[in-house]
Amino acid sequence: MSSSTCTSPAEATPTTSLHFELRCRECGKRSANAPRSFCEECFSPVEVVYDLDRVRRTFTPENIAQRPTNMWRYSELLPVAEGYKSTLPVGFTPLVTARKLGTALGLDHLYVKNDAVCFPTLSFKDRVVAVALAAAKRFGLETVGCSSTGNLANAVAAQAAREGLKAWVFIPADLEPAKVLGTRVYGANVVRIKGNYDQVNRLCSQITEKLPWGFVNVNLRPYYAEGSKTVGYEIAEQLGWRLPDNVVVPMAGGSLIGKIQKAFAELCVLGLVEPKPVKFFGAQATGCSPISKAVKDGQETFQPQKPSTIVRSLAIGNPADGFYAIRGIRDSGGWAEDVSDVETIAGIRLLAETEGIFTETAGGVTTAVTRKLVEQGKIQPEETTVVCITGNGLKTLDALADEAFEDVVIEPKLAEFEACLEEASVAV
Amino acid sequence: MMRVTVEIPSALRRFTEGAAKIECEGANLPSILQDLGAKHPAITQHLRDESGKVRQFINIYINDEDVRFLGGDAYQFRDGDQVLIVPSIAGG
Repeated sequence: MSSSTCTSPAEATPTTSLHFELRCRECGKRSANAPRSFCEECFSPVEVVYDLDRVRRTFTPENIAQRPTNMWRYSELLPVAEGYKSTLPVGFTPLVTARKLGTALGLDHLYVKNDAVCFPTLSFKDRVVAVALAAAKRFGLETVGCSSTGNLANAVAAQAAREGLKAWVFIPADLEPAKVLGTRVYGANVVRIKGNYDQVNRLCSQITEKLPWGFVNVNLRPYYAEGSKTVGYEIAEQLGWRLPDNVVVPMAGGSLIGKIQKAFAELCVLGLVEPKPVKFFGAQATGCSPISKAVKDGQETFQPQKPSTIVRSLAIGNPADGFYAIRGIRDSGGWAEDVSDVETIAGIRLLAETEGIFTETAGGVTTAVTRKLVEQGKIQPEETTVVCITGNGLKTLDALADEAFEDVVIEPKLAEFEACLEEASVAV
Repeated sequence: MMRVTVEIPSALRRFTEGAAKIECEGANLPSILQDLGAKHPAITQHLRDESGKVRQFINIYINDEDVRFLGGDAYQFRDGDQVLIVPSIAGG
């Protein structure tokens, strides 16, 4: 089990001026850097591979420790030119020791990787967009776009504004108002599509064929996805350059699990961490659970679903990386689970009430799934477990609109407050 | 036999002499793809794997609906159906 954690990643040949290139994940055909997401021979995804011998010279804990605390401290393992200087300090979010949540769940060594406070738009999508826009600029693209369930829309709009790029953002028409407003405010062109995310995504694939734009999660996707690896580098560094036993990851398109695994594998090969098995656990909402269903049914691939859940940021019924997420989970010895919308809300409240972290619905799913996995005995109390919280609760306030919070409204009189305390049986 | 229109993504048009739309005939998806392959033989190996199945990372839509929601290979085509081939590696 867990053999994949430290399997050597494919490497680039050191023949290009850049230290990375594209490689088909299935047929292995290599290709030059370009805005393309799939192999033109077999239509399988291409990914970025690096010349690790070149990286090895400078990618050391000592060097990294001297660098600014943002995701660019790992830039040798990102698809950016050597010496690339970003003006955006994205990433390096807190790895929070979660003692109270751990007690509630029955875990002794629990950590929360808190991307609810990622800069600049409060989700882990800031990481992937930062890398995608670097690629867009390198390719000379002046307009960027995306299909989005919300967080990506925010990140593309904000970072495009700062980078001076035109932005076109495509979203399902019924997206949460906060995520729509949080995109418009940056001046992006917002196109609301009468359909679900998968339909939005298909349209963006068609548009990519027509226009010379950089869609971050279509033709720039190989570069974009590499930004997710920084979650893995940070977890390892923040644990003192060691790997955890378990990582619990929310799944929408299914990319994040594979990219954290790739990050851990690269760190093993480069000697920054001691190789060890790491189990990966995927979390989905039951109302959109193609990946978790496939894992639980023992299937190698998934059947697409029509999403029906309040968890809009995970509502991808036809996940592009579903096949690889299933394989990555299974090969690691991990598991996948899904939870109802009611359990999701309970998860949001549990994380908030124990750790003071307000996450969006996706984080509620991840927290609730972690609880389920502990109850199933799939995560053991003494193991080191990291839960990835990928977005901020302020973006999905409407999910809590029907929750019964017991507020008290009184006149500004001391007597009324004392009566209030008495009613609540609070000793002063 | 039903007559349908198959829209070809740009990545595959080098195997269709640049044609973006191909008229094909067939009763179901396998027969439509077989007819497409007969008209443009070089496209087949890129669309289908060694076992003859549509490749893992290709999505096929019929009148804007994913064919998997319509019964997959069992779907019975009607005259005028629009078939769209789209690489699946996008989104998320």
